[in-house]
Amino acid sequence: MSEFLQQLLNGLSLGAIYALIALGYTMVYGVLRFINFAHSDVFMVGAFIGYYLGKLVPENIVWGGLVVLLAAMLGCALLGMIIERLAYRPLRGAATLNVLITAIGVSLLLEYSGQVFFGATPRTFPAVFPSGNYSFGSLVISSNQILVIVVAALLMVALQLIVYRTKIGTAMRAVSLNPKAAQLVGVNNDVVISFTFGLGSALAGAGGILYALNYPSIDPLMGVMPGLKAFVAAVLGGIGNIPGAALGGLLLGTVETFVNGSQWSTYKDAIAFAILIIILLFRPAGLLGKFTVEKV
Amino acid sequence: MNSFFSLGRGRLARAFPLLAVTVTLFTLTSCTREPDAIKLGHYGSLTGKDAAFGVATRKGVLLAIEEINAKGGVLGRPLAYLVEDIQSKQGESATAVKKLISRDKVVAVIGANASANSLEAAPICQNSKIPMMAISSTNPRVTEVGDYIFRICFIDPFQGAVLAKFAHTSLKAKRVALLTAVNSPYSVGLSAVLRQDFTARGGEIIAEQRYNEGEKDFRAQLTALRPLKPDVIAITGFYAEAALICLQARALGIDVPFIGGDGWEAPQLIELGGKAVEGTYYSTYFSAENDAPEVRAFVKKFSARWNNETPEAVSALGYDAVYLIAAAMTKAGTTTGPTLRDAIAATKNFPGVTGQTTIDEKRNSAKAAVMLTVKNGRSLFFESVTP
Repeated sequence: MSEFLQQLLNGLSLGAIYALIALGYTMVYGVLRFINFAHSDVFMVGAFIGYYLGKLVPENIVWGGLVVLLAAMLGCALLGMIIERLAYRPLRGAATLNVLITAIGVSLLLEYSGQVFFGATPRTFPAVFPSGNYSFGSLVISSNQILVIVVAALLMVALQLIVYRTKIGTAMRAVSLNPKAAQLVGVNNDVVISFTFGLGSALAGAGGILYALNYPSIDPLMGVMPGLKAFVAAVLGGIGNIPGAALGGLLLGTVETFVNGSQWSTYKDAIAFAILIIILLFRPAGLLGKFTVEKV
Repeated sequence: MNSFFSLGRGRLARAFPLLAVTVTLFTLTSCTREPDAIKLGHYGSLTGKDAAFGVATRKGVLLAIEEINAKGGVLGRPLAYLVEDIQSKQGESATAVKKLISRDKVVAVIGANASANSLEAAPICQNSKIPMMAISSTNPRVTEVGDYIFRICFIDPFQGAVLAKFAHTSLKAKRVALLTAVNSPYSVGLSAVLRQDFTARGGEIIAEQRYNEGEKDFRAQLTALRPLKPDVIAITGFYAEAALICLQARALGIDVPFIGGDGWEAPQLIELGGKAVEGTYYSTYFSAENDAPEVRAFVKKFSARWNNETPEAVSALGYDAVYLIAAAMTKAGTTTGPTLRDAIAATKNFPGVTGQTTIDEKRNSAKAAVMLTVKNGRSLFFESVTP
């Protein structure tokens, strides 16, 4: 039983990170109907911003950690907006496939410029938040795992509030529903799209920091696997759907962890992806996805 | 020939398209006139996740070449050093070695560190009849590729036996759990021998959990091992994963000793693992703390050349590899493939800094292993082990 709970906890903390990255995929898809493959590399840049800033602030202090987290989110938001402005906006109106290929190009550009600027060797991420372990019987929870789950939950609630309770959120939903009609009623599509990229990238930045805190070895290609998993999580939950991305991330993280702890650990990804295929066979739009309504 | 065909069918099939190319290239190279410098090729991971090994090896190799050149070279000719970066990627070794042999026309090849990389390059060297000296590729299959493939290190069965004996005798462990990197031939081989030898000594392997290189989350595997209460956990993979596994294990409250092979040997193990790797043990070829005069002299020369750094085991192996090949060239009086091969194969009691090296009939190096332990953020000499 305690092993089950421990695995569940491990799975949830891994899934929370997948969920954070998946939100970025799902938001951009909701508004622009394309997959921003560069998203997973924005996640990597977030971790590196944390790495360099973490050396400047005192270690093991909560406010220092928060400064690093916020700075990484801000840096990534800027990066996301710049990518949108330079790479995707000129292609507005072009076929989705062109934008998709551009996204892959931006992704590779970030990965390999990362190798040039940061170096290809793995770096050790500094302990920016105070860390400790709490045990309840044989159940051990590290403060970093709690942090991941709490920060991810807070950010998801904040995101939900922004999308449903603010003016810019209403505009985002309007653009998602029908860009032309939104423009007709006075929504500035460019601003909304730019904001969406900024918001999604900020979440990726937060994900990067949280991931690096839990797995303190970072390198320029660190985003590839988590990015792929998060993309799958977004599809699993119903792409374009915010609670769906969160659910998909948590589900994927948990399944992966349970398979990993069993004797079939070698087939971890195969089993996780088989589950994805089965779910999509029965619910082609994902767990929470609906074919038409509620895109971001 | 027999040993060549006893290779896995998959590997042979994968190497096959390369054979045709390299055989033709060999015919071309053998009739060109020899240039002035003797070209020595080296391929290794100078960037990427295995970069620690490649970079450290390069420093040893370069030091040896500079020393030999300062003394007038080999056969009256200087040694030229040509290096290719395989970027820690699978598939790069074959390309790198093809370039070294066909374009650069090297007479011998040094490398690689990981067995997987050496296995990719070995068929090409074999077919071009260019001797290859693997550095820290301990998987037995590497030299089974053919009679031109040698190694300067011991092999997995030997290292597995050392770890089994160490766990049984020195750590007095009865129940050992294994963590194997399934996509690494090195790790799979080491785990297999460790299991066999430890069981033969009367111990029990209670569980084997698997992971993939490059993964970062091992909590699931560790949580599954925790209730089994092993005396010792052996991680047979490389340092990056080993450090993360130790970190996550300590966080989960697993406080048994961890042991590993030479794949752990890198400064990053301690940098990344911090307190979590304290009290772990790993086997390797060489300890810079050894008091033998040749080791002291090597450490001194090495730190003078490389910014006061202490040599890693792979640096010492790279250094020995160059001297061994140079000695064979001197003995053979030529650098042509077949003659040089015979001279390397005949090496007996070569006095290297990693111990007396004899090349056995399977082209492996026979020498003793040392166990190191991590204490106060440093790897210290623990004991010397011969199984």
